[in-house]
This record gives sequence, structure tokens and C-alpha cells, in this order.
Amino acid sequence: MNFEFEWNSIMFLIPSLFMFCCGVYGFLTRRNMIAILISLELMLNAVDMNFVVFNRFLYPGQLDGMFFTLFAIAIAAAETAIAIAIIINAFRISRDIDVKDLSKMKF
Amino acid sequence: MDSVGSLILYFVVAFAIMVFSVLAVTTRKILRSATFLLFALFATAAVYFMLGYQFLGAVQIAVYAGGIVVLFVFSILLTSQPGDNAKPLASKKRTLGFLGAIAMFVICAWALVDRVAMLVNIPEMEEHTMHKIGEALMGTGHNQYLLPFEAISVLLLACIIGGIVVARKKND
Repeated sequence: MNFEFEWNSIMFLIPSLFMFCCGVYGFLTRRNMIAILISLELMLNAVDMNFVVFNRFLYPGQLDGMFFTLFAIAIAAAETAIAIAIIINAFRISRDIDVKDLSKMKF
Repeated sequence: MDSVGSLILYFVVAFAIMVFSVLAVTTRKILRSATFLLFALFATAAVYFMLGYQFLGAVQIAVYAGGIVVLFVFSILLTSQPGDNAKPLASKKRTLGFLGAIAMFVICAWALVDRVAMLVNIPEMEEHTMHKIGEALMGTGHNQYLLPFEAISVLLLACIIGGIVVARKKND
């Protein structure tokens, strides 16, 4: 069976771009703070994927992209933990986590 | 990596990434949104495995899918009733967000196809053993990452303390 096939970096970058754009859409339109955070995670994840794909296609002998992704995952975890702590605190204050109703911190 | 099977696997994974990320941002139930995010993260881990970064795929599953999604689910259950639906969006805002995302997708996809599409044929890569990864993570030389590793550990400690201070009940 003759099966000629070429992997192209586009094949991985387009799904990643699509994921990022979904994150942008969610970030712009959702109003629940946790939903906004989920969109943010999608965007971070898409960027992580790009690091890995470019590392694999351009410099397969090195590990730089992989370590960037590793540290990005760790920072994403830290950021999520803090953001959720803030969201829970905001929920305690106003019993709601809709961004439209959170106007107490406005000055 | 050149068989028909890996191509089929690729299409399944790419399809899963697209479908689950769309569902994660469009579904009205917030708990379902977190579940779809989990599936999208799993699909990303599958991409890492396909590209040969087994360690990274394992970290992705352990930290993202195992840690962050659980955190999401807990905070969702703490802040909303399980049956809650999100209010429908104002159609103007939705149109605006949709147009923004589509415009961004078209422009970036055009740039990618125009500039990056010549990166074909995944080059050969020797397997990254745990030994090699560990040395790169723990060394101070060229292409070694001890300093960011330590900085991340300090950041995580600060984040633990900050999380506790922000989220604890204040009974004074």
C-alpha cells in the first residue's frame, strides 16, 4: 500500500488557533466570572500548544519550547488558584459572580 | 508517525479540540463548560503525545486536567446552583464577539498559511529521556533551567499563601 503523506505544521497550528479564537469569543461574551476564566484557560492552552509545535518542527534537538510550556502550565495553575480565591471572595460579598453586578470595587 | 493510523488519530484529535473548545464557550450550563474544557485539555495532551513529548503530555493531564479542572468544578459548585442556566446573551454583544473572533481567525490563519506552511515533515528526534529532562531542569548551564524552576516554586508558594489569605473567612 502506497501512502504518501506529509505532516505540515499548519495541521497543528490551525486547531490551536481555532481554540484561541474560541477563548477570545468566550472572553468577550461570557458574563459569569468562572466562564471567563475557562475561556482564559483555553487561550493559554492554545499558546502552549504553539510552543510545542514550533519546538518540534524547528528545533527537534532542543527542549526550549517544552520547558516554556511546562512553566506556562505551572503559572496557569497558580493564576487559576488565585483567580478562584478572588471569585469566591467576591461571591461572599455580593452573592453573585456575574461581572455586570460586581460594581462594588468601582471607584 | 507516518502511518494511516496516525493520520486518523490526528483527525480525531483535531476534531475533538475544535468541537470541545466551541462547546466550552457556548454551552449555557457552567458545569458542562468545565467538562468540555477538560476534554479539550485531554485532546491537547494527545497532541503532545503524538509529537513525542510524553513527559509534557503527562504533566498536562496531571496538572491541567487533574488539578485545574477540579479547582474549577469545586468553585462552580460553591458559587452556583447545579441546575442554573446562564442568562441568554444580548445578541449585539454576541455578534460583536463572534465577529471579533472570526476576524482574528481569518487574519491569523491567512498569516499562518502564508508564512508557516513551509514547515513540513516532522524531523527525526531522539527520545527525550527523563534523565535528559531532569538534567535540563536542574542545571545552570546553557539551555538549562534551574533559575525559572526555582522562581516558579517561589511563585507557587506565594500563590498558596495568597489564595488562603484571599479566600478564607474573616471572623474578627
